[in-house]
Amino acid sequence: MNELINGFPVLTVTGLTQGAIYALIALGYTLVYGVLRLINFAHSDVFMIGTFGAIWTWSAFGLDASSARPSLGEALGLIVLAIVVAALLCGFFAMLVEITAYRPLRARNAPPLAFLITAIGASFVLSEGMGAFTNRRQFGVPAMLPTEPVVTLGGWSLTPLQISTLAVAVIAMVSLDWFVQRTRFGRGIRAVAQDANTAALMGVNKNRVILLVFLIGGLMAGVAAVMSDMKAASTRFNVGFLIGLKAFAAAVLGGIGNLRGAALGGILLGLVENYGSAVFGTNFRDFIGFLVLILLLMFRPTGLLGESLGRARA
Amino acid sequence: MGGAAACKQDEGGSGSSDASKVCDLKIGFFGALSGADAGLVTPGKQAADMAVKQYNAEHADCKVSIQAYDSQGKPELAGGLATSAVNDAKVVGIVGPAFSGETETAAPTFQQAGLPVITQSATRPSLSEQGWQIFHRGVGNDFSQGPAAASYIKGLNPAKVFVVDDQSAYGAGLADEVKKALGPLVSASDKATDNQQDFSAIVTKVTASGASALFYGGYTEEASPFLKQLRAAGYKGAFVGGDGIYDANMLSVTGKADVEGAVATCPCAPATAAKGTFVQDFQAEYNAAPGVYADVAYDLTKIFLEAIGEGKSTRADIQAFLTSYNKPGAASGVTYKWTDKGELDPSQVRVWAYVAKDGAWAPDKEIPKA
Repeated sequence: MNELINGFPVLTVTGLTQGAIYALIALGYTLVYGVLRLINFAHSDVFMIGTFGAIWTWSAFGLDASSARPSLGEALGLIVLAIVVAALLCGFFAMLVEITAYRPLRARNAPPLAFLITAIGASFVLSEGMGAFTNRRQFGVPAMLPTEPVVTLGGWSLTPLQISTLAVAVIAMVSLDWFVQRTRFGRGIRAVAQDANTAALMGVNKNRVILLVFLIGGLMAGVAAVMSDMKAASTRFNVGFLIGLKAFAAAVLGGIGNLRGAALGGILLGLVENYGSAVFGTNFRDFIGFLVLILLLMFRPTGLLGESLGRARA
Repeated sequence: MGGAAACKQDEGGSGSSDASKVCDLKIGFFGALSGADAGLVTPGKQAADMAVKQYNAEHADCKVSIQAYDSQGKPELAGGLATSAVNDAKVVGIVGPAFSGETETAAPTFQQAGLPVITQSATRPSLSEQGWQIFHRGVGNDFSQGPAAASYIKGLNPAKVFVVDDQSAYGAGLADEVKKALGPLVSASDKATDNQQDFSAIVTKVTASGASALFYGGYTEEASPFLKQLRAAGYKGAFVGGDGIYDANMLSVTGKADVEGAVATCPCAPATAAKGTFVQDFQAEYNAAPGVYADVAYDLTKIFLEAIGEGKSTRADIQAFLTSYNKPGAASGVTYKWTDKGELDPSQVRVWAYVAKDGAWAPDKEIPKA
């Protein structure tokens, strides 16, 4: 308990940062679920590919775990570049999963169980493929941002990495919210989520909307991958599994199919895990996180904000 | 999965081994040859390959080969691999399994088939307490490594020590020994989990505890991101680990700047200072300095080769050969002689400390016995 009180500011900030990463990944689960009523298990491994995309980008500039920290300007440039590369890579693989693992099944009216199996199958193909390709090695992440806190107030302090993770997450989520609520494409997504057949009658190209949803989920996972790389400082072929599970839990916690819910769920899970580990020990981290999930769902079965991607608006 | 034995010449019963020598026997090499912890095991595999190559050069008419069993260090894969090793009648001995967790899974299978194993690096003490006669350990166990690591930490004069383990068979066992030996110096402890990526909660505890030294019981896979996150959070104290972090990946994944000054203890003398022509031979063969446990794995492989060279061709013969073995190894200089439980003769156990300097592990000193 003392550890919670003494470390409260730091635990809060690091929990928020980790929660922001969960939230970004959770968006991909929630979008796909909202539109297809399908849990895209391969999403965690799309994220994993993004973590490698960032490392490959940096190594193209000759940077590895042992290289000296670049100047702040260079670091920011490299991070933006890595985000672009990782997001495009993740977007590509997310669409590839949709085209190969889900679309052909939809065309043949496959039962839901078949989708579940192709989802798990696609997840394994991606992670084991990367495992074989990288010889299951672990890769270190080059030093990027300075580690000294830049903002300090009382016991509260923020490092450049924490600031940029939170900022990037907020920007990504606000733009996604705007995109879904205010643009023509977004209206198409909401229409398909609400009633796919009617939307099709109104001239919405269902398959194109679905592909778009996978692309957006992938882009968000790519952004999360770069932030997670810098935070965790290493990656390997199986990093997607646990973090994907957490992000999925966050999506359910917030109300699956609900974008704002995914953001809220992610941040809540990040905080609860950190506080829980401080009080009960880190070996209880996942225990606490998922216990809270079960308790909340007992009282709010549809999640904190309910399922609402398709809720009609403008 | 590689193909099983291509040469299936049946010897026609078991009684006629005197007529001609049995050839094409295999020595298994069992451990993480791929995966995040492979850095601890591949140097040993290279050394075992070299030992067999040297043997075959002298025994061209009756060769021996190494059969690799790549467990990725995972206990859940070890059971299946152990079964396939046992079912291959040509496999008469195993160097490994390299880690404690996989040994716990695999050893009962080996025991049932009477297939003798000598591990070069599985250091959990309880492995020799299970009644597995086939089990032999080529290095000291964590009863020697734990107190040695503790005495090294005491030498740093820390006011408080924080102990973390990864809850694995090896990590938790070693951390317990360290805690016991450090006693009240340990101000707090915590546990990491397998595959953990985000260590922010533990890092916060460590920095808040004011500990100036930290012991980590576990492997590189988690130790490396943990150390990096500790340094990023401003932890300036010592980072000491066991032989689980004494590998090249710890250096390359953590990165030069953050790993600098990290300490690894190991019940192994520096492989680069091995005796005889081992270091030169290894350098010539692989164009690299021998890595962790290379010298030990080399010597252990040679013990099996010696047995085969003397005409021992069954698992039972080789088991009996090991029981009475008492000779110094060519590379490590350690006299290999086992107690009835399969532990290395205690007088032969030595523990070294290695420090990360400029992106390489440098031998610091042999830790004197308490």
